[in-house]
Amino acid sequence: MRSDSRVQLNNVSYSYEEQASPALSGVSAVIQPGEFVAVLGHNGSGKSTLAKLLNALYIPTEGNVVVCGYNTREEKLVWEIRRRAGMIFQNPDNQIVATVVKEDVAFGLENLGVPTEEMIPRIESALSAVRMSACADKAPHMLSGGQKQRVAIAGILAMEPSVIIADEATAMLDPSGRKEVLETIRSLNRQKGITVVWITHFMEEAALADRVLVVTDGVIRLSGTPAEVFDRVDEMREMHLDVPHMTALAGELREAGMPLRPGILTVEELAEEVENLCPLK
Amino acid sequence: MPIEVSHLTHCYSEGSALRTVALDDVSFRIEDGEFVGIIGHTGSGKSTLVQHLNGLLKPTSGQVFIDGEDLNGEHVNRRALRQRIGLVFQYPEYQLFEETVAKDIAFGPKNQGLSADDIKERVRYAMDCVHLDYDKYAERSPFELSGGQMRRVAIAGVLAMRPSVLILDEPTAGLDPRGRDKILTMLEELHGREHVTILMVSHSMDDMARLATRLVVMSEGKIVAEGTPRDIFSREDMMTSIGLDVPDAARLCACLRAKGYDLPADLFRPEELKEQLLRLWKEGSAC
Ligand SMILES: Nc1ncnc2c1ncn2[C@@H]1O[C@H](COP(=O)(O)OP(=O)(O)O)[C@@H](O)[C@H]1O
Ligand SMILES: Nc1ncnc2c1ncn2[C@@H]1O[C@H](COP(=O)(O)OP(=O)(O)O)[C@@H](O)[C@H]1O
Ligand SMILES: [Mg+2]
Ligand SMILES: [Mg+2]
Repeated sequence: MRSDSRVQLNNVSYSYEEQASPALSGVSAVIQPGEFVAVLGHNGSGKSTLAKLLNALYIPTEGNVVVCGYNTREEKLVWEIRRRAGMIFQNPDNQIVATVVKEDVAFGLENLGVPTEEMIPRIESALSAVRMSACADKAPHMLSGGQKQRVAIAGILAMEPSVIIADEATAMLDPSGRKEVLETIRSLNRQKGITVVWITHFMEEAALADRVLVVTDGVIRLSGTPAEVFDRVDEMREMHLDVPHMTALAGELREAGMPLRPGILTVEELAEEVENLCPLK
Repeated sequence: MPIEVSHLTHCYSEGSALRTVALDDVSFRIEDGEFVGIIGHTGSGKSTLVQHLNGLLKPTSGQVFIDGEDLNGEHVNRRALRQRIGLVFQYPEYQLFEETVAKDIAFGPKNQGLSADDIKERVRYAMDCVHLDYDKYAERSPFELSGGQMRRVAIAGVLAMRPSVLILDEPTAGLDPRGRDKILTMLEELHGREHVTILMVSHSMDDMARLATRLVVMSEGKIVAEGTPRDIFSREDMMTSIGLDVPDAARLCACLRAKGYDLPADLFRPEELKEQLLRLWKEGSAC
């Protein structure tokens, strides 16, 4: 695990010009190396602003963002930070620049001035890590949405990042595309210890994270394990967010008197709890 | 105004090496007042099918009948038929272009040649349907709105033509939970109160469980199953075999039944499951 891949926000505020209220106000958080953190929040709550602060696309109006030991305020470190904290966006069609998959993956490395003989193995290993080696010579427009997002991830991986920030990277994909992208990121997180900040509107995705942060109106309202956060069904609904279906159902059963354990997120967990409480004769 | 699709086949790039059969001998009917859900893997032909229903594509073979008239027949008033079938594309907000919300929504009725008063009435009606306050939003630029609001403006533009049938291709894709819920609530009302026939393509089985009265399941250009959500969602094996999920409540029901619990086979709504699980628990704790 990379020891320096911590992400810190110290009392961070950010205001857009011409906007009356700040998009983020006084946010503090620490994301540990190797952690997989999901960020939830309704539209306009400040998630994308947060993401852009993490890789120095924005500089805080107040406070400090420190990524891998580098403060994003230090202008000459911007490229160091962007190399270590790579970002994937929502629209698969807007992030691929080249006309051949492997050239797209090479793009970031060329910008970094990595010598050609070093580039080739890095591209190969990045494409293999996202299981896209077979498409190295294909044209990106021939790929599915999920495959395009995996190429975008490979482009980041080639730069050997410590942190990957995904801003609704699965929003425009179909269920199988979502699954393939999330599984790719989850295995990079587990196997390479890459820290992940995963912004999403899908509660089922957040349920797989180590920790969930809930943002509303520019502040972090809740932070905890998925089980802790989703058990607060009423609070989540009040923030116009969902909880996983099984968590909601468990909550209603509990209200009706059934003594289910807290923190149920999945079908399997609820089935097991039903078996405990209503043993078959 | 029933719609009937009869032996419809559609090939893209006919006569070239890239020839793709997107629809392969598809037949089905939509009756007045139905809320039909179309589900299927990406590439299964859903978008191709809906574009045929308002005549945007021409069949390679087969027919589409609107109210008994062949949409592609020789002497048919295609324009009049098409106006009664409102089609909302995927990500329709990308097609907004006017300076104000009201102008954007008025675009269709204006082309229909309505009077200024009628147009204004239509814009109010459509904004009301999609829950956008006229006084607050009519003169705003659509581009200042949130993604969910922009999508509702685009849907209002179609509703302003007062279609009898509304077809939507993945209307909730990419929205946050609140945006999704607003669209679904609005469709529920259009169907229940305005009696608009609705055909919706969606990847969300939960949206389908909530709204659809009938489901059409597509795979590789063919209809592979048709039935009520209750019927379709109880066939988890068939759904899995073509790469589709069933709602969580249906999965839980199947999982408990497999363990030997006495539950009806066709539950798919959380409310139904709640009742049954409470029953199991009460029976268990009674002895
Ligand atoms: N480029 C921008 N200029 C002005 N205001 C912006 C800009 N981007 C976002 N905002 C505003 O900042 C707030 C937070 O937005 P954002 O971070 O995009 O939220 P989210 O990603 O959670 O939807 C919103 O009120 C939004 O309108
Ligand atoms: N404009 C087009 N030109 C060529 N092939 C197309 C075109 N649109 C769709 N296809 C092909 O037709 C098939 C069905 O696509 P589509 O109707 O878009 O499916 P769905 O909406 O279910 O994802 C796919 O194989 C797709 O690649
Ligand atoms: Mg955002
Ligand atoms: Mg489609």
